[in-house]
Amino acid sequence: MQNRELVIIGGGPAGLSAAVEARRLGIKDVLVIDRESEPGGILKQCIHPGFGLHIFKEELTGPEYAERFVREAKNLGVEIMLDTMAIELTADKRIIAVNSQEGLIEIQAKAVILAMGCRERTRGAINIPGFRPAGVFTAGTAQRFVNIEGYMPGREIVILGSGDIGLIMARRLTLEGAKVRCVVEIMPYSNGLTRNIVQCLEDYDIPLLLKHTVVNIHGRKRVEGVTIAEVDDNMKPIMETAKFIPCDTLLLSVGLIPENELSRMAEIQIDEVTGGPVVNQRMETSVPGIFACGNVLHVHDLVDFVTREAILAARGAASYLADSDKKYDYVPVVAGDGLRYVLPHRINIEAMPEKRQTFFMRSVKPMAKARLSIESEKGVIKSRVMRYVKPSEMLSIPIDRDEMKGIKILKFNLQEEGDSVERGE
Amino acid sequence: MLDVVIIGGGVVGCMIARELSRYQLKAVLLEKEDDVASGTSKANSAIIHAGYDAKPGTLKAKLNVRGNPLFDIICGELDVPFKRIGSLVVALNEEEVRALEELLERGKSNGVPGLEIISRERLREMEPNVNREALAALYAPTAGIICPYELTIALAENACQNGVEIKLNSPVLGVRVENGGVLSVRTPGETLYTRYIINAAGLFADEISRLAGAEDYRITPRKGEYLIFDRRFGGIVSRVIFPTPTKISKGILVCPTVDGNFFIGPNSNDVGEKDDVAVTQQGIEEIIKGARKLVPDLPLKHVISSFAGLRAVSDTDDFVIRASKKVKGFINVGGIQSPGLSSAPAIAEMVLEILKEEGLELREKNNFNPKRPPIFKFRHLSNEEKRELIRKKPAYGRIICRCETVTEGEIIDAIRRPVGARSLDAVKRRTRAGMGRCQGGFCSPRIVEILARELGISPLEVTKCGSGSEILKGRTKEFIETGGVINAK
Ligand SMILES: Cc1cc2nc3c(=O)[nH]c(=O)nc-3n(C[C@H](O)[C@H](O)[C@H](O)COP(=O)(O)OP(=O)(O)OC[C@H]3O[C@@H](n4cnc5c(N)ncnc54)[C@H](O)[C@@H]3O)c2cc1C
Ligand SMILES: Cc1cc2nc3c(=O)[nH]c(=O)nc-3n(C[C@H](O)[C@H](O)[C@H](O)COP(=O)(O)OP(=O)(O)OC[C@H]3O[C@@H](n4cnc5c(N)ncnc54)[C@H](O)[C@@H]3O)c2cc1C
Repeated sequence: MQNRELVIIGGGPAGLSAAVEARRLGIKDVLVIDRESEPGGILKQCIHPGFGLHIFKEELTGPEYAERFVREAKNLGVEIMLDTMAIELTADKRIIAVNSQEGLIEIQAKAVILAMGCRERTRGAINIPGFRPAGVFTAGTAQRFVNIEGYMPGREIVILGSGDIGLIMARRLTLEGAKVRCVVEIMPYSNGLTRNIVQCLEDYDIPLLLKHTVVNIHGRKRVEGVTIAEVDDNMKPIMETAKFIPCDTLLLSVGLIPENELSRMAEIQIDEVTGGPVVNQRMETSVPGIFACGNVLHVHDLVDFVTREAILAARGAASYLADSDKKYDYVPVVAGDGLRYVLPHRINIEAMPEKRQTFFMRSVKPMAKARLSIESEKGVIKSRVMRYVKPSEMLSIPIDRDEMKGIKILKFNLQEEGDSVERGE
Repeated sequence: MLDVVIIGGGVVGCMIARELSRYQLKAVLLEKEDDVASGTSKANSAIIHAGYDAKPGTLKAKLNVRGNPLFDIICGELDVPFKRIGSLVVALNEEEVRALEELLERGKSNGVPGLEIISRERLREMEPNVNREALAALYAPTAGIICPYELTIALAENACQNGVEIKLNSPVLGVRVENGGVLSVRTPGETLYTRYIINAAGLFADEISRLAGAEDYRITPRKGEYLIFDRRFGGIVSRVIFPTPTKISKGILVCPTVDGNFFIGPNSNDVGEKDDVAVTQQGIEEIIKGARKLVPDLPLKHVISSFAGLRAVSDTDDFVIRASKKVKGFINVGGIQSPGLSSAPAIAEMVLEILKEEGLELREKNNFNPKRPPIFKFRHLSNEEKRELIRKKPAYGRIICRCETVTEGEIIDAIRRPVGARSLDAVKRRTRAGMGRCQGGFCSPRIVEILARELGISPLEVTKCGSGSEILKGRTKEFIETGGVINAK
């Protein structure tokens, strides 16, 4: 049994950012565990630019962004244990990990940060009928084949779902000489960032078919085509509109799911909406001393927010390590009208690690103009007009401690507003 | 000259192969696909039925009841997971309660032990998630669940170890008969001369029989579709939950798997083609509707996969297991629909009896080994055992499938064992890698790499399930059409 001060599970941007911050805050013993042979998480295969605009004010590729944190972590003496998978976690912070050199490793940590990222939703999760031939990939798996292994998953491709990974892969595969026939999206709007729609589809004349879905996969051994159809307002396919599209590959970009198997083992409370742990102002889960950040907590579209959240978790871990007996009363944070969720789920205003708390949220639908209002039991404490709100783009708003003094509940509402002459925020 | 050629590497063919491997004779099993358990034996309800369902006097009834108790021994010897969890037939109205009485009587006359009708209170206690409107249930404690492809693979491995040759990628194209007796079997690669042929070709058994000029019967495919759920919800039922059966089928059930998941299905629809294992939208809706009658609260958001299997329905409505009267040495084992899996051990016994009657001399080997080499399943080991195993072979410390915790060591074993895996699906059936909630998203690139390395082939040659199902289409840069500058080869 090894005794460690802070163990971080996952060495993607969340884990690495948290590790760097933890060292800066003076935590001496910081161990990062990652199952891959290189740190960096999903960023290793995101060779496109678009990372770090907020944090570094420049446009980096995924590997470049990761590399900055890897270097910093190494300089600061963070120990990174690679090719090692954490397979068990208990509520009293015991971790079992395995690798081929040391075998089975048992670790007792004083504090733990969960940074395991997410996995992709699959065909099964969305129940696409048809055969089960080779040639159906999740977009991230295809991305790994292309960008890391150097292999092409297909020549003629249909992409289901307009999540960012799917959009990025549409461009990537096109640049590699494959023919992307179309991107099919069941919703009346895209699930990806607007800049990706423009730069990855429009620039390459790849059609985006909204309100369409794949209703059948053909081919016994290898995909020979898919049938797509328009859907009605209840998302039911309208079979009269069905048409066959020949292709040898179907990529799925239909959502990401936080990877919380370990969290469940530790009996951490999970929010069924985000798929990640319920957290407080310092990203601490329902189990004191276990923190979470990045995609394991909720799915992020921008890595900069991942880093910010990780910094908060590291600060939380540092204050926990300094005083682990502290008990908190919480003000509940409620997602009201127009919002799928708001994070953190609950806060203790006195114990906020910074003088302002940033809340992250996602809207339930796109709105050209909307008013975000935050109310306590006493009434509205803050409100702001937002433009071009989309479920795929995370919203955030900082609120000062002073604005929240003495309140008992915090409720967020997002209301669509008719477009008036008023401009901007 | 061979003694016996078995056509078909499903559970029936492999069970027969293993039984034959006890004796001093030369036998070969031919399977058209790149792995055994590639047909109906890989996609079914995986239940070892108690045996109350089949009509008394039929082969189905007799062989099911005889087969059921043999699974403890076979699965013990071959280290195949088998759980006798019992089954419940649920009655939702008075008419169905009466039908339960009939089933009970039928079960008794079939010789099924331990059957009883239980009250709704007891049912609720046993299965709290079952429809609260249920009035009573028929409880069959001897019903069990198994992993049908793992069983089939284990049987093939063990037969192979004991001297039966298993030839994969070997579709039978022709059968030669001379002087009214079997002479040879032709595959694309060779002609095998043999004294006996056992036709266990599943859905295609009628075609093989016709090829040989033996008895004519017809097999039509009847599809059954399934949805399988995340292991997190595996505890929803503890036993096999059946509706009260109708004339045509046992109905749509809710059933745990030996791996801790649960599934719903199957429906029952005749289809035109013998390889139509496509899942349909109507099918999905049908099984959800059916399963909800038994368990109203299904975690439909946590479906991880769907699949379909085809019943080999014969026009005689019973198993066809007999020596041909037209072609000496040709033995049909066809129409093996449900409960074919449950009956397989007894079918094999019966086939051996027939072979004896037909003049094959069965002399026991003294070196028959009923056990297959041990299988290491990392996820089932204690921490001590895990540590020990990794120390001996570091590849067991590298986890490849994160959802099912399958290590590189296990994947290498699956490839190197007798009747080893040659494709992604074959690895999956042997190790469960890729069967969890991410469905191979994470591990498939890694398994492609391991298969390529172990088999000494290019990753481009690695398939999902045999030739024609290659996973990858080329190297990067290969498809780029350029003016011949960058990509001039
Ligand atoms: C394809 C794609 C494209 C994107 N494009 C952009 C973009 O253009 N711009 C932008 O700003 N953001 C982008 N993002 C978003 C952002 O990069 C991600 O949200 C971010 O990488 C998430 O970081 P993470 O550390 O939470 O997760 P990950 O990067 O997934 O890291 C998790 C790490 O944990 C490890 N791990 C998990 N479980 C275990 C375990 N049990 N034991 C050991 N290790 C474990 C994993 O191996 C992995 O290394 C993109 C995301 C994706 C997926
Ligand atoms: C939906 C469904 C649910 C079921 N549920 C149950 C259950 O719960 N319990 C139960 O006991 N039974 C059940 N059954 C029945 C059971 O699955 C079958 O009886 C059993 O799997 C049949 O095995 P087999 O070996 O005869 O056929 P198969 O497994 O189909 O094997 C036949 C093999 O022959 C090969 N083959 C075909 N043609 C050739 C050729 N020309 N040359 C070489 N090889 C060839 C095929 O590739 C195949 O591998 C179910 C069946 C279905 C479809």
